[in-house]
Amino acid sequence: MPRLMEVLQLLISGVSQGCVYGLIALGFVLIYKATEMVNFAQGDIMMLGAFVAFSLGNLAGLPFAVVFVLTLVIMGGLGMALERGLLRPMIGEPPFAVLMLTIGLGFVIRAIAGAIWGNQPRALDSPFAGEVVELRGLIIGYENIAIVVGTAILCLLLYLFFRFTRIGIAMQAASQNQLAAFYVGIPVKRVFSLVWGISAAIAAAAGILVAPVSLIDPLMGLVGIKAFAAAIVGGFGSLPGAIVGGLIIGIAEQFVGLYLPAGMSEVSAFVILLAMLFLRPEGIFATLQQKKV
Amino acid sequence: MRFVLKTNYGQDVNLFLHGGQRFWYGLLALVALAAPLWLEAFYLGELALVYIWAIAGVGLMLLVGYTGLVSLGHAAFLAIGAYTHAVLLERGVPFFVSVPLATAFCALVGYVVGLPALRMTGIYLAVATLAFERIAAWVIEHWESVTGGHFGMRVQEAQVLGLPLDTPVTFYFLCLVVLALCLLAALNLLRSPTGRAFIAVRDSEISAQSVGIDLARTKCASFAVSAAFTGLAGSLFAHKIGYLAPDAFTVQTSIQLLLMVVVGGLGSLHGVIYGAIFLGLLPQVIAFGRDALPSWIGEIPGLEPGLFGLILVLFLVFEPLGIYGRWVKIRLWFDEFPLYRKATYKRQRSYLRTERVR
Repeated sequence: MPRLMEVLQLLISGVSQGCVYGLIALGFVLIYKATEMVNFAQGDIMMLGAFVAFSLGNLAGLPFAVVFVLTLVIMGGLGMALERGLLRPMIGEPPFAVLMLTIGLGFVIRAIAGAIWGNQPRALDSPFAGEVVELRGLIIGYENIAIVVGTAILCLLLYLFFRFTRIGIAMQAASQNQLAAFYVGIPVKRVFSLVWGISAAIAAAAGILVAPVSLIDPLMGLVGIKAFAAAIVGGFGSLPGAIVGGLIIGIAEQFVGLYLPAGMSEVSAFVILLAMLFLRPEGIFATLQQKKV
Repeated sequence: MRFVLKTNYGQDVNLFLHGGQRFWYGLLALVALAAPLWLEAFYLGELALVYIWAIAGVGLMLLVGYTGLVSLGHAAFLAIGAYTHAVLLERGVPFFVSVPLATAFCALVGYVVGLPALRMTGIYLAVATLAFERIAAWVIEHWESVTGGHFGMRVQEAQVLGLPLDTPVTFYFLCLVVLALCLLAALNLLRSPTGRAFIAVRDSEISAQSVGIDLARTKCASFAVSAAFTGLAGSLFAHKIGYLAPDAFTVQTSIQLLLMVVVGGLGSLHGVIYGAIFLGLLPQVIAFGRDALPSWIGEIPGLEPGLFGLILVLFLVFEPLGIYGRWVKIRLWFDEFPLYRKATYKRQRSYLRTERVR
């Protein structure tokens, strides 16, 4: 059944691409849920994470596991620093201002990365690159497996973190009502910093996982726009929604690319987004009620 | 602050509050009219570009600054205006018919884009307009029989009142006149019930609705008017660049337009002009800087958008009211000289309680 094989093959690459969108979308959603800010620079933070891993792995020659952990720590720290330096003064400002701020930040990060690492695409040394598994005629790249497994592990860790740890529950409280959380003694500002750190670390993980599939260059962060579409399709503010939205867009792109005229796949994410906003603006996993006075 | 004692009702509807304003704006108009006498052709062209940005900025300001709706997709309206105008010119439509048609078409598209805006707020709208921009760009790239696809299309030379448009002086005056008319139109719109409804919707949708403003109509009208101004700017822009290609209108263009209204000062038409001057001057300053600074700085890829981003960030953190806001503060400082209070413009922060259920 070559037809079925083709569909399965597309499904696999769609799922692995979708997981990348989902991971970036997770970062969006985490920050939005906790601080009600939208971080448009998420894709660029992912790009920066990939470059940091490139410097540590290819240039400094550290083993991959060390690179992975070290990158997450560095990028987490950077995320917290960004929150402390730039976003903290913006607490309580209109959402539009924060949106513009992070768009501007994205441009700055891109220019900085271009200045440090140059514009030519780089390949990250990764144990997953190049190897394939053959399974009854299906060809699955190691890097695709790594992306899916990595996403699953990160999601599980996040779930456990929000469900069982004290600080995770405090984050949920802060995301529901900033003032009330502050009154009951939750260090809201520190929680915000931590959320930015976590989401930057997730973005970095996405960057490392996707690096073997798409090369690293300063413009790779532009997939952030598609990830944003994924977050909205899933219902902005829902963590499982982010992953599901990412999968939907990733899979749809693969199928549109094969079965519809050339070039359609690049806009399919936006078409899905617009359709979703028309039909069900609250997303699949709705978390917003109708706004009241 | 100068208070005018009003002695008749006519003073309420005057565009200029007092003689001082009339004098200074008149002087500005004279300087602008006399610019071709003392400016070289290159700078005249740059000034015309500033005027074009300002026309687009008026449109975006009506939407973002006065109605409170954010659009990340205004480059699409600029592109649609430019392409419609160029295609119509190619078909032999005269300039003075083609420009209004392009403007009207943009207004129509803007109205349609505005429809989903009724159901969305804030970031959702921003992202929806971004998606619209990407789709519009894709259509322009792939509709090769009309737009020339990736290769682009040449904009035909046009004549205005028998004068060819390709001389800098004619083009300069055309842009100046159109900008003046646009500013006048926007000022009058903002004094009309529709314009006041825009502002009411920006300040509070719920209170606007409760005094009988039709939210749906107001938001769609705002989108249509905004798109029309931007489309008009687009049709002039087509003549300015002479050759239309898809990469002239990207997300970055949309963000530059937003940068213009934010840096200029949201919620004022003065801000549009300041922002347009800023947007027009910055590339020149960067070009100067490139020559003056060590070469490795000038060779950084993405330096220009990076600087745009940096300036945007600095303005949002330190002067969210923009250049015009800073000017108003400075003026107030002089007006109240020893008694100026720093807290005059301190903004109320609002803390958030979300409407989330889980």
